[in-house]
Amino acid sequence: MNLKLRVWRQADARAAGKMVEYDAPDVSPDMSFLEMLDVVNERLTEDGQDPIAFDHDCREGICGSCSLMINGTAHGPMKGTATCQLHMRSFKDGDLINVEPWRAKAFPVIRDLVVDRSAFDRIIGAGGYITAATGGAQDANSLLIPKVDADASMDAAACIGCGACVAACPNASASLFTAAKVSHLGHLPQGQPERYRRVLSMVSQMELEDFGGCTLYGECQEACPKEISIDNISTMNRDYIMAGVGS
Amino acid sequence: MELNSRVPAGPLEKKWDRHRFEMKLVNPANKRKYTIIMVGSGLGGGAAAATMGELGYNVKCFCFQDSPRRAHSIAAQGGINAAKNYQNDGDSIYRLFYDTVKGGDFRSREANVYRLAEISVNIIDQCVAQGVPFAREYGGLLANRSFGGAQVSRTFYARGQTGQQLLLGAYQALERQVAAGTVTMYPRTEMLDVVIIDGKARGIVTRDLVTGKIESHVADAVVLGTGGYANVFYLSTNAKGSNATAIWRAYKRGAAFANPCYTQIHPTCIPVSGEYQSKLTLMSESLRNDGRVWVPKAKGDKRAPGAIPEDERDYYLARKYPSFGNLAPRDIASRGAKEVCDEGRGVGPSGLGVYLDFADAIKRLGEGVIRERYGNLFEMYQRITDEDPYKVPMRIYPAAHYTMGGLWVDYNLMSTIAGLHVIGEANFSDHGANRLGASALMQGLADGYFVIPNTISDYLASAKPAKVDTSHQAFKDAEAQVAERTRQFLSIDGKRTVDSFHRELGKIMWEYCGMARNEAGLRKALELIPQLREEFWRDVNVPGSDVELNQALEKAGRVADFFELAELMCKDALHRRESCGGHFREESQTPDGEALRDDEHFAYVAAWEYAGDAKEPILNKEPLVFENVKLSQRSYK
Repeated sequence: MNLKLRVWRQADARAAGKMVEYDAPDVSPDMSFLEMLDVVNERLTEDGQDPIAFDHDCREGICGSCSLMINGTAHGPMKGTATCQLHMRSFKDGDLINVEPWRAKAFPVIRDLVVDRSAFDRIIGAGGYITAATGGAQDANSLLIPKVDADASMDAAACIGCGACVAACPNASASLFTAAKVSHLGHLPQGQPERYRRVLSMVSQMELEDFGGCTLYGECQEACPKEISIDNISTMNRDYIMAGVGS
Repeated sequence: MELNSRVPAGPLEKKWDRHRFEMKLVNPANKRKYTIIMVGSGLGGGAAAATMGELGYNVKCFCFQDSPRRAHSIAAQGGINAAKNYQNDGDSIYRLFYDTVKGGDFRSREANVYRLAEISVNIIDQCVAQGVPFAREYGGLLANRSFGGAQVSRTFYARGQTGQQLLLGAYQALERQVAAGTVTMYPRTEMLDVVIIDGKARGIVTRDLVTGKIESHVADAVVLGTGGYANVFYLSTNAKGSNATAIWRAYKRGAAFANPCYTQIHPTCIPVSGEYQSKLTLMSESLRNDGRVWVPKAKGDKRAPGAIPEDERDYYLARKYPSFGNLAPRDIASRGAKEVCDEGRGVGPSGLGVYLDFADAIKRLGEGVIRERYGNLFEMYQRITDEDPYKVPMRIYPAAHYTMGGLWVDYNLMSTIAGLHVIGEANFSDHGANRLGASALMQGLADGYFVIPNTISDYLASAKPAKVDTSHQAFKDAEAQVAERTRQFLSIDGKRTVDSFHRELGKIMWEYCGMARNEAGLRKALELIPQLREEFWRDVNVPGSDVELNQALEKAGRVADFFELAELMCKDALHRRESCGGHFREESQTPDGEALRDDEHFAYVAAWEYAGDAKEPILNKEPLVFENVKLSQRSYK
């Protein structure tokens, strides 16, 4: 099939950006979206133009590098799918596809479709861990964790840190990302000693990073490639209130 | 070159304990005076940087990704082995040790493997303490499953995302240290050279991938945890960015490269669909627990799988290896698939595929159980192929996945350059000629959490590196070389893209240095690679400039190094006239087509030493001495 792309081009963080139109002829429906961009880039290079910069790495939906806004939807039209796992069979001949970077104040554009998501690392550094320095931990089976708790923890821990939740949110809030970590650790007995301290410092870091507040639009869970539930935000909010009451 | 493995004396099970006592320590108050550079932030690098930071060292950690959480360890699906024997099925540290040595086809160093098996137990404890949500039984105990090459259930897992969860554990510990100020993180930064002063590794030269700035970083010791080199095949299960540049630069500065030809071709990947294919996707080996591998008995049978009756199917793994069946180790399962496809019995449009069929398991256990065990893998398969594996069998084919070879290291994980340490997949040490499933995560974390933080103290306390800074001539020279190489790439201004060269190199390697190798093919590859490399340096097209984010420039540097490494791999494969593990020389097989080792002539580690661009590399040998395990023909029948 033959497609037209309109892609955001921006030389660097300070430059002004604009949408530029490209042809993408002879696209196979079995290609992934990124493979389609590879082919476009090969041709741009051969024609002496600068290829389109975009973040990608594992191309199997787990590293969280890829981050494209496709026709206004984070990661494109297929639910529960990261851009790298989106295949061209989701499109049809003659389609015009708009490709943009994540848009959020906390995620400044570095070049073209590449943005800076280091704010996420700082949110984790603020408290998204269990303090357990490497050493003589107790035997793993001395801690019984009911399967339901382990499963709920794993559901939240599946977050790949891609930032689609932020990009999809009209407030550019990082609540789902932060809540997923609060909930992953909060469902486990190991996570209890730091439970309230964790939520306070992570939320305060999130606010420092220029993310917006959550007003429960729910766009984040719709965009999440791992389908992480917005219920985690309720968990986070409850813990946040409890932490306030306790202190 | 002297290869001193520094394996401690004494009985196998006492070596590590005794060594830990004998190693020198750095006083807690002095640790912050030492700077350690950690290149790579995956399971090995992330764990090491976090742990060394916790100990009080001043750590600088580098990764080319935008965050340490994206290192390719994250993509490991199936699990991590540990000799916990929670299932009471006869497992022990000794059995894990034995299985790993045997699985590696008796080409690994006993003492290192034993230590790995010993530490495996602590890893699980540490990860649970960090909050890794491993799978649990209803009673709250940890769940286990079995994996290829083992007859016990010793694999711990977190759905099909074990690597992700273990990496996030290490990443969270790392970010805690970043916030505490003991570790400084340098994301989107690529190491392009290592700097040696007075015979010791004293720092690295890097390129900031956003601004293009070339910078020097000084340290008292350098650790590389930069992963493997399977992307030399272009199509592999590795991430697009995975590369060999750090270890290759170190090789060119004097670190010996061990067993480069030992590559693992993973049996269960989704087959190639077209020329545009950019990478291959692995389907976890754990699927072989419940999936049955088969092809039609008749050549060229193009019927739909459901239309082929039971007695016209060949469950070839179960037929050939009745005791291990579908759980035969990876090298054996891969060659099995190649064999049936070479016979013209492969399935799918290209004929390069075999079925992995879950119909029996779904009938026996119900779709719910299968969904619980492999749901995310089935989904991933469906997304890529547009076929529903609950209804039709998966099609799989082998793909390059892991490299057992890597920089040579001693028992302390130090390379032949003093102060340059290498951990995880980047070194050669634990898997011999073939790695067993669920052992890569184990090795990365063993090296990162428990080995290097101990052995690095011994190095620092004994070597007492003198004070140097980046104004030293050696740093200036290395910076100038890196800048010159960058300038060269940009000035060639040729016609072909970097990817087109990489793809062609990959085809040569897959054809002649892939699942089966022979003398004529390897010689052919050794003619083709230099020709293509010469064309690359004459005709590659690298657009853009060196002072911006330039992904083509990044790739060019990596592919240039792959060219040189590919040649060394072929030389190593050519010289090793025996079959062992993943290295199958067609000239050396048993009458029934199994890999035939030649222990008399090849029971050694081949450690290649760089002698100059125009010169043949020098082969050094570390004899492998087996004091505990009796060498035998590996059999899974």
